[in-house]
Amino acid sequence: MSRTSSPEAAEHVGVLIIGGGPAGLAAAVAARKAGAQDLLIVERDRMLGGILNQCIHNGFGLHTFKEELTGPEYASRFISQVKELDIPYLLNTMVLNLDRDRNVTLMSRKDGIRRVKADAVILAMGCRERPRGALSIPGFRPAGIYTAGTAQRLMNIEGYQVGRRVVILGSGDIGLIMARRMTLEGAKVLTVAELMPYSGGLKRNIVQCLNDYDIPLQLSHTVVDIHGKDRVSGVTIAQVDERRSPIPGTEVTYDCDTLLLSCGLLPENELTRMTGAEMSSVTGGASVDESLQTSIPGVFACGNVLHVHDLVDYVSEEASHAGESAALYAASSEGERRADAEAVEIAVAGGVRYTVPQRIDPVRMPDKVTVRFRVADVYRDKTIAVYRGEKRLSARKTRVLAPGEMEQVILKKEELSGLTAAEGLRVVIED
Amino acid sequence: MSETRELTCINCPLGCALTVTIRGQEITVTGNTCPRGEAYGKKEVTDPTRIVTSTVPVEGGDIARLPVKTASDIPKDKIFSVMEEIHAARVKAPVRIGDVVIRNVAGTGADIVAARNVNEIAV
Ligand SMILES: Cc1cc2nc3c(=O)[nH]c(=O)nc-3n(C[C@H](O)[C@H](O)[C@H](O)COP(=O)(O)OP(=O)(O)OC[C@H]3O[C@@H](n4cnc5c(N)ncnc54)[C@H](O)[C@@H]3O)c2cc1C
Ligand code: SF4
Repeated sequence: MSRTSSPEAAEHVGVLIIGGGPAGLAAAVAARKAGAQDLLIVERDRMLGGILNQCIHNGFGLHTFKEELTGPEYASRFISQVKELDIPYLLNTMVLNLDRDRNVTLMSRKDGIRRVKADAVILAMGCRERPRGALSIPGFRPAGIYTAGTAQRLMNIEGYQVGRRVVILGSGDIGLIMARRMTLEGAKVLTVAELMPYSGGLKRNIVQCLNDYDIPLQLSHTVVDIHGKDRVSGVTIAQVDERRSPIPGTEVTYDCDTLLLSCGLLPENELTRMTGAEMSSVTGGASVDESLQTSIPGVFACGNVLHVHDLVDYVSEEASHAGESAALYAASSEGERRADAEAVEIAVAGGVRYTVPQRIDPVRMPDKVTVRFRVADVYRDKTIAVYRGEKRLSARKTRVLAPGEMEQVILKKEELSGLTAAEGLRVVIED
Repeated sequence: MSETRELTCINCPLGCALTVTIRGQEITVTGNTCPRGEAYGKKEVTDPTRIVTSTVPVEGGDIARLPVKTASDIPKDKIFSVMEEIHAARVKAPVRIGDVVIRNVAGTGADIVAARNVNEIAV
């Protein structure tokens, strides 16, 4: 390992991007196009592309490229841009530390520890799956239990056959995609059990991954028991009531060797917390303003580390915006950076769980800002409305809103001039 | 003689529950909210097609598996024949995106193509 350099000897970088997934790649490309010269992407994996490397199915990029790409193809479009624009990147390198003054510690096996001081930092670390410890399934912990994403990586990157007879708990998109993937590889997927009365996955995936292969989806069901000592030999599933407790007498046991868990994603925010940035308890990510800047000046966030996205197109779009903001910040002088921005918090009501950004500065904002959000339940024939004080700024009728799909509203600068915190800004779902 | 099928339209988040009735040559779709639902329902009962994706082993590459896909959609009832040919295939690095791995897979007229670049590993 090389000598650890003193903090004085830290290298200088204009915009440092942590994570080389779709968010980090799009942010870097946009920052370069916005004029940032001195960029660096840091990726801990051995290749760029993030989680897309293992998502070999099609359906990526419909919005951006008007064609259905696979994950690796979508990633390669951005990787080529990074290469064409000569944006430097480090692989097999992990960011260990980040402080509020944007001092960054990197580590790789090859180069050891490096210290970098960045003018602006973009957080693009993505998310990871809820580990199974977070699930309260009783019973032993035999082999043959995987999160759906781990199984996806094992099959699609390492080339392992994960199991022959499979039960899947949770109907998130990764679980649905894996149901089809394992079926195509010759496994028998017996059932997908979902605790909630609705699926968290996209309709398209339910039709093309389950219905196409006659795999039953059981809503309001959960795993109550796992059998087998060394390897899973069976799984017992029961129906649950409105309070999500199993209903006695509804248990059915399936003979299987594998249980996949697809129970949601958690943003990976250890580094964000190190800076002391204000966090959102709803998204699990940082709370940001309209430029996607966290409460720490010069630190921006985008992609799944900020909030879990359903479509990678929106990840790229959001990340481009973060890249532009970071480039602007890095190029500005201290005096130009509004120290105490007059940002107004965006309030939510009537089933809107959160918004990103969480606050907006009516002076600094560009002409239009896209505000993304998710809803708490399935709603039919409702209206998405934005209020400034008592005044309704916009209203859009929707036929259906679902927790699995991200929604958005556009805020216009002309409508927000002079907005104060006392007046308030709200995004609501109403009749 | 008529046959009915229950389908879910996948063209937008609304996910309309479609009922498709087939009476000889005549196909009617109900339950759709817009014309896209009707088109989808008709295609699903007459000529359902899918893109198939999988992986094949790579020799001498910087990764072990090459992701592949059908270059265009193929009839749904050919999915497993296509998979059989994919299972038998293997490639040597280097591979470029779009390289043909299997020509006219399972007689569908579609090729199996590479979905990422794989470099040769330096020895
Ligand atoms: C297992 C899994 C499967 C998914 N499957 C699908 C799917 O099938 N379809 C779909 O539309 N979406 C899927 N998603 C959602 C998908 O994550 C997003 O669409 C998109 O990939 C998010 O991009 P990102 O760049 O924010 O995160 P990621 O793609 O996760 O990229 C984050 C990158 O940051 C790197 N990183 C993290 N911490 C550090 C650090 N400290 N130092 C250096 N590098 C670091 C990681 O190695 C990773 O490469 C999946 C997500 C997961 C977790
Ligand atoms: S029929 Fe039209 S409205 Fe209904 S799901 Fe299909 S595309 Fe959407």
